[in-house]
Amino acid sequence: MSGILLLEQSLNGLQFGLMLFLLAAGLTLVFGIMDMINLAHGSLYMVGAFLAATFAELTGSFWLAVGLSLVGTALIGMALEMSVLRRLYARDHLSQVLATFAIILIANELVRIIWGPQVPLSTPPALAGPVQIVPGLDYSSYRLVIIAVGLAVAVLLYLAVARTRAGMLVRAGASNREMAIAMGVNIKRLFTIVFGFGAALCAIAGAMLGPILAVQVGMGESILILAFVVIVIGGIGSIRGALVGAILVGVVDTMGRAFLPALLREFLRADLASALGPALASILIYVLMAAILFWKPQGLFPARG
Amino acid sequence: MKRTLLALATAVPIVFSAHAADKVKVGFISTLSGPNAAIGGDIRDGFNLAIKLAGGKLGGLPAEVIVADDQLNPDVAKQNADRLLKRDRVDFVTGTVFSNVVLAIAPQVLESKTFFIGPNAGPAQYTGAQCNPFFFVSSWPSEAYSEAAGQYVTQRGFKNVVFLAPNYQGGKDAANGFKRYYKGKLAEELYTKLGQLDYAAELAQIRAAKPDALYVFLPGGMGINFIKQFVASGMSKDIQLVVPLWGSDQDIIRAVGDPMLGLFSLGHWTIDLDNPANKRFVAEFEKEYKRLPTGYAASGYDTGLLLDASIRKVKGKIEDKEALRAALKSADFKSVRGDFKFGANQFPVQSYYLQVVAKTADGKIAHKTMGTVLTNRGDAYVQDCKMK
Repeated sequence: MSGILLLEQSLNGLQFGLMLFLLAAGLTLVFGIMDMINLAHGSLYMVGAFLAATFAELTGSFWLAVGLSLVGTALIGMALEMSVLRRLYARDHLSQVLATFAIILIANELVRIIWGPQVPLSTPPALAGPVQIVPGLDYSSYRLVIIAVGLAVAVLLYLAVARTRAGMLVRAGASNREMAIAMGVNIKRLFTIVFGFGAALCAIAGAMLGPILAVQVGMGESILILAFVVIVIGGIGSIRGALVGAILVGVVDTMGRAFLPALLREFLRADLASALGPALASILIYVLMAAILFWKPQGLFPARG
Repeated sequence: MKRTLLALATAVPIVFSAHAADKVKVGFISTLSGPNAAIGGDIRDGFNLAIKLAGGKLGGLPAEVIVADDQLNPDVAKQNADRLLKRDRVDFVTGTVFSNVVLAIAPQVLESKTFFIGPNAGPAQYTGAQCNPFFFVSSWPSEAYSEAAGQYVTQRGFKNVVFLAPNYQGGKDAANGFKRYYKGKLAEELYTKLGQLDYAAELAQIRAAKPDALYVFLPGGMGINFIKQFVASGMSKDIQLVVPLWGSDQDIIRAVGDPMLGLFSLGHWTIDLDNPANKRFVAEFEKEYKRLPTGYAASGYDTGLLLDASIRKVKGKIEDKEALRAALKSADFKSVRGDFKFGANQFPVQSYYLQVVAKTADGKIAHKTMGTVLTNRGDAYVQDCKMK
């Protein structure tokens, strides 16, 4: 195994993990603070990507489109919270799952009606090519930008949660909601803001990943499952847990896909290894989740002491 | 009861031949949503064009096409097939894109003695021992494009090739076909999840394997994403990418643009094939849909022509399944791909061409035929088919 391969796969894992983090951060806050299972989180990711594609077409600028999509998705998220989700906080998890699953279906059909099944969104031309990182490794410059954006958002998020007054309220809400209310926190407004914030993070992930993947109806569902795995691994309600969990899942998934088939070939017959390898690689993160839950049932960084 | 009637109808066709059916119903199960929706859409548009040019009829009978979206989900496809067979009582089932969908619905379609005409995927199982009188594939046996690709990279003298495909039936068939004709060293054999959209991990492995050529078998949106990411990774200048016909077709050219120029592909049809049927098809397709047709559309169109010719040959008496089968098998029509015939297993025996993506005289980007790679090629399993 060469150093270049390892470096490239690490970058891939990091890039994937950071994008997962953007989704998981919003999800873990909503779940942790509001005790609300929001399956429709992936729909906001989809809406963010579609808005970005539309704005990119209208303005001609990718970065402007990302910004506008962020604002637009945050507004949609807040409207969703005030109109529907707010009524679900007091209900049990089953009702929340059913209601937010309904929102997924409605969102998918609405997007299909408004935009159609798929819209194009391309990488900004300046970032379409590769850059040389070390001799022998030309890496996609756009993926590097994704890593940079992901890291920047992670740092900002950390500062916002750890150093600001709003962040303090969020942490208070996550660790003990009743006590926070008793201390006079306007929990209603806080919830709406947190929800809008989570939606904005979704929009960044959707807009950044759109050019690499595809902006299409249903894009949120598959990644939502991974985001749930991340927050369960990281500990529900914990931003730090979401970051560590996301990078762990990103790296394990990438490395598994890259090296597991080759590893199996050392021990097994070639045809058996090529059949088993991809199958095992795709369940690897669930094995990881099961293992972590076995030793740390609350996740790596439980928010509630 | 139905079975008895059918037996009677086939045993003493004279009794029933007095009246022909008053219309023909076609169940069209296809992938029409998700990242691979363009494939199903193209097959459907090609198929509908053939019916439209025949005046809304197939072989003189008014045609009703009932379209169902399988969402690339075998379970959904099965439900669709169930409804089309039992409620709508269709005479033909066609439209399928992916081999895993074909394998899911084929048993119930064949059980009901309804003709299945695969316009795209032709899973290898049905070319051999499992061949069935009601199972036809009008496009190509699923190993054929990859056989042609193996033949081509061997001819070009490539010695260190990476193979990449999704981990599903079609991908495995592709690997078998490629390895049958490729004589060099297989540097790496990579399989991804079907529907995967991010190929970063695979691209890193390809870089590490340092191949001189790369053969990827990734249908629809998967191929679009792969080629975009392959170009962005900077490897495209050192490694010759070779794909199946649809790996560089109009959908992908639209999405990727100029970096596609110079890409080689292998297939049973090319947009510039010089025969009157093809010229008419390309012109009519462009007129009707305002875009250039893909190989998928060509197969859909040919499937329409096949049904049209066969129903005409039995004079609209589609209840006479023996006669209809013989008519289908004779493939008595001018195909857009030029000469082709069905083998004993009812899969095509035909030529496979090398194409390159190039600029046309009027500035469009399209395929150009570079030569014939395999001639009169059927498949490797036909001898296992004991069907008469």
